[in-house]
Amino acid sequence: MTLPTLHLPTLPRVLSRLTVTIPAWPFTPPTSRAFAFAANLAAWPSLRELDWSHVHGRHFCVQVSDIGLQFFFTLHAEGFRAERRSRADVTFTATSADFARLALRLEDPDTLFFNRKLLIEGDTDLGLTVKNMLDAVELETAAAKMPVGLGHLVLALRRLALKD
Amino acid sequence: MSNPALLELICPAGSLPALKTAVDNGADGVYLGLKDNTNARNFSGLNFDEKSLVEGIRYAQGKRRKVLMALNTYPQPATLSRWHKAVDTAASLGVDAIILADPGLMDYARKTHPQLRLHLSVQGSATSYEAVNFYRERFGIQRAVLPRVLSLAQVENVIDNTEVEIELFGFGGLCVMVEGRCLLSSYACGDSPNTFGACSPGHAVRWEQTPKGMETRLNGVLIDRYANNEKAGYPTLCKGRFEVQGETYYALEEPTSLNSMDMLPEMARLGIAAIKIEGRQRSPAYVAQVTQVWRAAIDAVKKNRETFKTQPAWQAALAKVSEGSMNTLGAYYRPWK
Repeated sequence: MTLPTLHLPTLPRVLSRLTVTIPAWPFTPPTSRAFAFAANLAAWPSLRELDWSHVHGRHFCVQVSDIGLQFFFTLHAEGFRAERRSRADVTFTATSADFARLALRLEDPDTLFFNRKLLIEGDTDLGLTVKNMLDAVELETAAAKMPVGLGHLVLALRRLALKD
Repeated sequence: MSNPALLELICPAGSLPALKTAVDNGADGVYLGLKDNTNARNFSGLNFDEKSLVEGIRYAQGKRRKVLMALNTYPQPATLSRWHKAVDTAASLGVDAIILADPGLMDYARKTHPQLRLHLSVQGSATSYEAVNFYRERFGIQRAVLPRVLSLAQVENVIDNTEVEIELFGFGGLCVMVEGRCLLSSYACGDSPNTFGACSPGHAVRWEQTPKGMETRLNGVLIDRYANNEKAGYPTLCKGRFEVQGETYYALEEPTSLNSMDMLPEMARLGIAAIKIEGRQRSPAYVAQVTQVWRAAIDAVKKNRETFKTQPAWQAALAKVSEGSMNTLGAYYRPWK
């Protein structure tokens, strides 16, 4: 995978090197653990009602290209589970800003794809399934189920971005 | 008799949030489909089940907007009952119209639910007033969505010779436009829009970043390779680049989007009933952006057809979400006949 030129603050560059130079972690990377923890806290309460049974056990990778971070995880009945660095069934690659815009529903994934800002590699159907299932959850509903304050912050950020 | 429809804005809804977004941003109607191959946007995780459909109809009709259900694929003998059940569901839940392509299904709908309004899908591929009037006489269709191959002069010829309302595509991804008769994707993956409900089913599509660029494959067949920073299109065969007699190029069609906004005054003059926005496969963010722009443009043209001018900001917003690197008026603007 060729990543774009990185213009990074100091800490992320260090993390970026770590993920690139260690090809196979013998343990679950702390980054993936942190991702799964955050996702379970912020997103899972609004996602748990959906039927994820057909993606149970499938391996996902979210790759944040500008800071060189990769998050490996699977989905189960109890939520997100961090996984060891491995070959994912589907990998999503974009910059942190574009992932944030997707999460805030400010940008359409197809628009990013046309403009080469989003890459989906591996099982396309699995990627589409997840994208469409997430689209079917209303942001307001998801925000209402987030921990106190976080939901308000998410909606405020979205409103702010829409004003730009 | 109520006023005839004029330039209704019909927007795509692939999910309940997309439907609400379309309604909240000014769509006069939305079109949607069920979670199976009874419609031509059959993608995993997309579309409506009965619960979300009930909620969508309640939301839209509560704000006096219309819900149109696309049942625009061709039923297969072994699974015909699925299409019949979908028509029954549409009728029982009270959608405002169903959009059909298959004459057999129209016959079923007309006989079983005579009160249900029928629209002829673009997949019905009716390009002449004779064809449109045939569907009117036999099945009582009240609106026809015309294929995107006609010039506006040809559209006018249809309108002058039929009482059926005419709906035109206003914006969205273009294909080779052999609507309802295209079997191209079958060559690569055995599925076609008419039967499977999608040109390039997700299970057959693979993208891979390679040292030469991003490669797109359909069931293993390499259909395009994009250089870095080159804009991409949907992974369909018609938009692939192929080697023909030693030269590699877009042999059928290049990724591009239709944008007919400049023709709105002429469409208003002709009495076009509705403008359809393509993109049920896209996210609520796209629906919001495109609906806002087209609402503003249609309001402006209705206010004053003579002084209507497309705003640069509208075009910029549409260009941003377009497939491929360009917008085109397509066949609508064509000085020759």
